[in-house]
Amino acid sequence: MSLREGPFGDIRVPLTWSAGAALVIAAIIAAALLMGDRRETMKANAYDTARRAVDAVAAPVGGSLSSPVRWTHSGLDFIRGYWDAVGENRRLRAELAEDRQLRDSLAATQAENQRLKAVLGIQTNPPLPHVAAETIFDSRGPFANTRLANVGRDKGVTEGDPVVSEHGLLGRIVGVSDHVSRVLLLTDDESHTPVLLVRTNGRAILSGDGGSSPKLDYIRSSLGLKDGDRVLTSGDGGVFPRGLPVGTVTRSIDGAWRVQLDSDAAPIDYVQILLFTDFAQLANERALTSKELPTAMTEEPSQSIIAPSPAAAGGKTPVSAGAGKPPAAASGGHAKVNAAPSANAATAKPAKHPTPARKAVAAP
Amino acid sequence: MSTTGVSSARPLSPLGWLGLPALICIAATVVLATPIRIFGLALPEPVFPLALAFAWALIRPSVLPPFALLALGLFLDVFWGGPQGLWPLCLLAGYAAVLLVRRLITGQDFIMMAAWYALTTAIAFGVGFALMTMDAGGGAPNLVALVWQYAWTVVLFPFAFRLVDRYEDADVRFR
Repeated sequence: MSLREGPFGDIRVPLTWSAGAALVIAAIIAAALLMGDRRETMKANAYDTARRAVDAVAAPVGGSLSSPVRWTHSGLDFIRGYWDAVGENRRLRAELAEDRQLRDSLAATQAENQRLKAVLGIQTNPPLPHVAAETIFDSRGPFANTRLANVGRDKGVTEGDPVVSEHGLLGRIVGVSDHVSRVLLLTDDESHTPVLLVRTNGRAILSGDGGSSPKLDYIRSSLGLKDGDRVLTSGDGGVFPRGLPVGTVTRSIDGAWRVQLDSDAAPIDYVQILLFTDFAQLANERALTSKELPTAMTEEPSQSIIAPSPAAAGGKTPVSAGAGKPPAAASGGHAKVNAAPSANAATAKPAKHPTPARKAVAAP
Repeated sequence: MSTTGVSSARPLSPLGWLGLPALICIAATVVLATPIRIFGLALPEPVFPLALAFAWALIRPSVLPPFALLALGLFLDVFWGGPQGLWPLCLLAGYAAVLLVRRLITGQDFIMMAAWYALTTAIAFGVGFALMTMDAGGGAPNLVALVWQYAWTVVLFPFAFRLVDRYEDADVRFR
């Protein structure tokens, strides 16, 4: 007996009801997905396989879509440059005359800067390795601000790598496939970046909200903020290296302090992905682990503050008064100062405080 | 020549009123995600599937559109890099709103339909705004960006109207 011939054969479920039931089921699935989403954690495992697959498929499509437009732009730029050549030449000559003066003062400033750094012993960050990439897709809505870049794990890109354009910081990598990576822009709702306010040396968190100018939260600046204050990455938290240009502070109509991003100055066609993992990368590990210390000299060039070796001291173990008997030196036989970490401190200090160091040498 | 409504109606194949429009929406979304600027302005980024959510609920109630909208919403989330499940809920909210009042909307003229479409789109964006505000990771989304995307989505109304106009009379049971 078929169902239609049975007692329930005449029952008809209104289509609106069945559509409503399907709607409820679909909504439950969507809600479960939303609650299970861990996008805000910025962890590698939050970027699931489906996202990677879509990115991998979309990448060649985006490349082929954007290429003709870029060629057209390049062609138009060429033609415009040709017609504007005379005016451009005149303007460039004027700029060159100004730049010659600036060049001389820049050379003097650079030399002075190097000298002062040498005097203060400041270690500047070494250049970071980076890879260049082309952005192929771009989402600009209020709920998501991301870009797709056409390099991935094959070029060494990993989650968390900072992304910069020629003008300033753009964001960071949140998802990586083999040949493509997803960039979370500073304007995205999930983006929170620790920044430094240059004028006041204050700190703040730059929080995206889907608009073009992210806002400054948790501002800690004793001198307050002013329109036009420069903003750099602070390096706090270790996600970004310190000193990447971010933008300029501006007061928005809702009264909040926002940042006009430097990266807005031009189209973001090409970007650089800095292969930055943490600050340990910026240090010279060999130098940190090296047991060889430079010879520390006193004010008397011929006299070293390093204690004489046992052989030179007639077989007697020297006693370092200033170092408070460092274990390596006091245990006998190993009087080489550069083998003991505590002696490192004893030898490094005298450059700033020559008098105690000289006493330390004079004591034995 | 046949004069009956049934025989003169267009056949309502799922591919015609669901599959093809969905593919067009995906293609349009992909094209408009190209990172180019024209006269310094980026391309608009309307939510194409919202036009489908409006039209599908009006054409006829069916089991398929909610799941098609779920799939389209997930595509938007993954393609735009947003939180997964956000756009499906927004689209389904718009669809549910139209499904509830479809008897009031059906048969209205262009202007009134446009007003209903604008209201439906506002409901969908309102749901998105509320969900993102409640999200632990971020704050409230920027209203300017929200209104900008909303305005571009409202501009898509002729696309939704055309779809409704094409398939509204396909099945006389749902007139």
